[in-house]
Amino acid sequence: MLSNPILINSFRFVLLVIVQVLIFNQLNLFGFVNPMVYVLFFYWYPLRNNRPLFLLISFFLGFTIDLFSDTMALHAIASITLAYARPVLMRFCFGANYEFQGFTFKSTTRLQRITFLLLLILLQHIIFFTLEILSFSHILLILKKIVFTSIATLLLCVLLSSLFARELD
Amino acid sequence: MQRIINFILNYRNAVLYVVLTLVSLIITIRSHSYHQSKFFNSSKRLTGAVYGISHTVSSYFDLKKENKILVDENQQLRLQLFNLRKEGPLNEQPGKATYTVTHAQVIKNSYTSPRNYITINKGEKDGIAQDMGVITPLGILGIVENTSSHYATVQSVLNTKSNINAKIKNTNYFGSLVWDAQAYDVVQLVDIPRSASLTVGDTITTGAMSSIFPENIPIGVIQQYDLNQNQSSYTINVSLFNDMTNIKNTYVIKNKDREEIMELQKSTADVE
Repeated sequence: MLSNPILINSFRFVLLVIVQVLIFNQLNLFGFVNPMVYVLFFYWYPLRNNRPLFLLISFFLGFTIDLFSDTMALHAIASITLAYARPVLMRFCFGANYEFQGFTFKSTTRLQRITFLLLLILLQHIIFFTLEILSFSHILLILKKIVFTSIATLLLCVLLSSLFARELD
Repeated sequence: MQRIINFILNYRNAVLYVVLTLVSLIITIRSHSYHQSKFFNSSKRLTGAVYGISHTVSSYFDLKKENKILVDENQQLRLQLFNLRKEGPLNEQPGKATYTVTHAQVIKNSYTSPRNYITINKGEKDGIAQDMGVITPLGILGIVENTSSHYATVQSVLNTKSNINAKIKNTNYFGSLVWDAQAYDVVQLVDIPRSASLTVGDTITTGAMSSIFPENIPIGVIQQYDLNQNQSSYTINVSLFNDMTNIKNTYVIKNKDREEIMELQKSTADVE
């Protein structure tokens, strides 16, 4: 039933927004850690895609989360940057052969996939927290938030991605 | 012309990326400089409704505890009421009261970001408007920033844009309450003159200079104080009475004289 990629991705979009906003934004682990699991959208999105469309979808994903969390357009900036940088990150993690027709996520090693996820998360968190605080005098606070939130996000994303493992195209 | 179009088509992804980033940056920077964005915030119809639904479900989980808090508060208020009656006849003409109070429940709280906003389940239809004060039974919470018909967002005291008039209880030394984004239970009171005598543990309350909050609403106690860089005034760390991580019932305060005060102050400033 759920084989249509458009349907899967819209479903994923809505579900990730709801989960992010209603569960993970309310977590506040140790008083400041709110994992941003919606990064999984960029991990799961099909490898071969229409790039302008992907950029637009990413913008709306980030912006929807912004609306709910009153963060102006910070998630939106982080999201489009992730979408734009995704091919570069993929080439870095999976080598140049990811562009070939026969390439699938299945043919990659677990380590490669986790590196890819980690890079996505780090990039997203660095952009988000730097812009959120935007002050050099708070550099330690920014670093603290980036490091701890990244760890929490990575753990959760690895868990969630193995829970909802599926045929990746 | 042809070349320009070709150029844009060749780099359409980069162009799209730059355009979207610029749009986001404009939205972000505009709301940094002044109020929270008018159109994009969690008091709007869709976002407010989603938080509303989530709130109707989750509010059942701590009903017992919240009831206990409310009963305790009622008891406290009754005590004050009876003592007032003893002293003299109470002014029981509600039309004459300067402040009116509306009850609201928090449907979305946040305290981890440097600019925190809280969403409450009352809006314009309940008479809520921008710049009304919001308090809890324990102390102040923030100021209403945006409203929709059924919801409103509140700029929390835990917001780097927040700036509230506050004073040391039982004196008239006043300063501004700000937040340095470091800890969610500590805010800073700045510009208290050097001549004030301070002790750790003194209570800080709202001051009389604000037309938003009534005077003497509790805020917190002095945790630690220091002279600022040019040695002219104190910077005080205030430990909040409110547990900002656990808020449910709030009261929105409307000052009926606010417009009059603002008008008067504006006309005075204009003359200068």
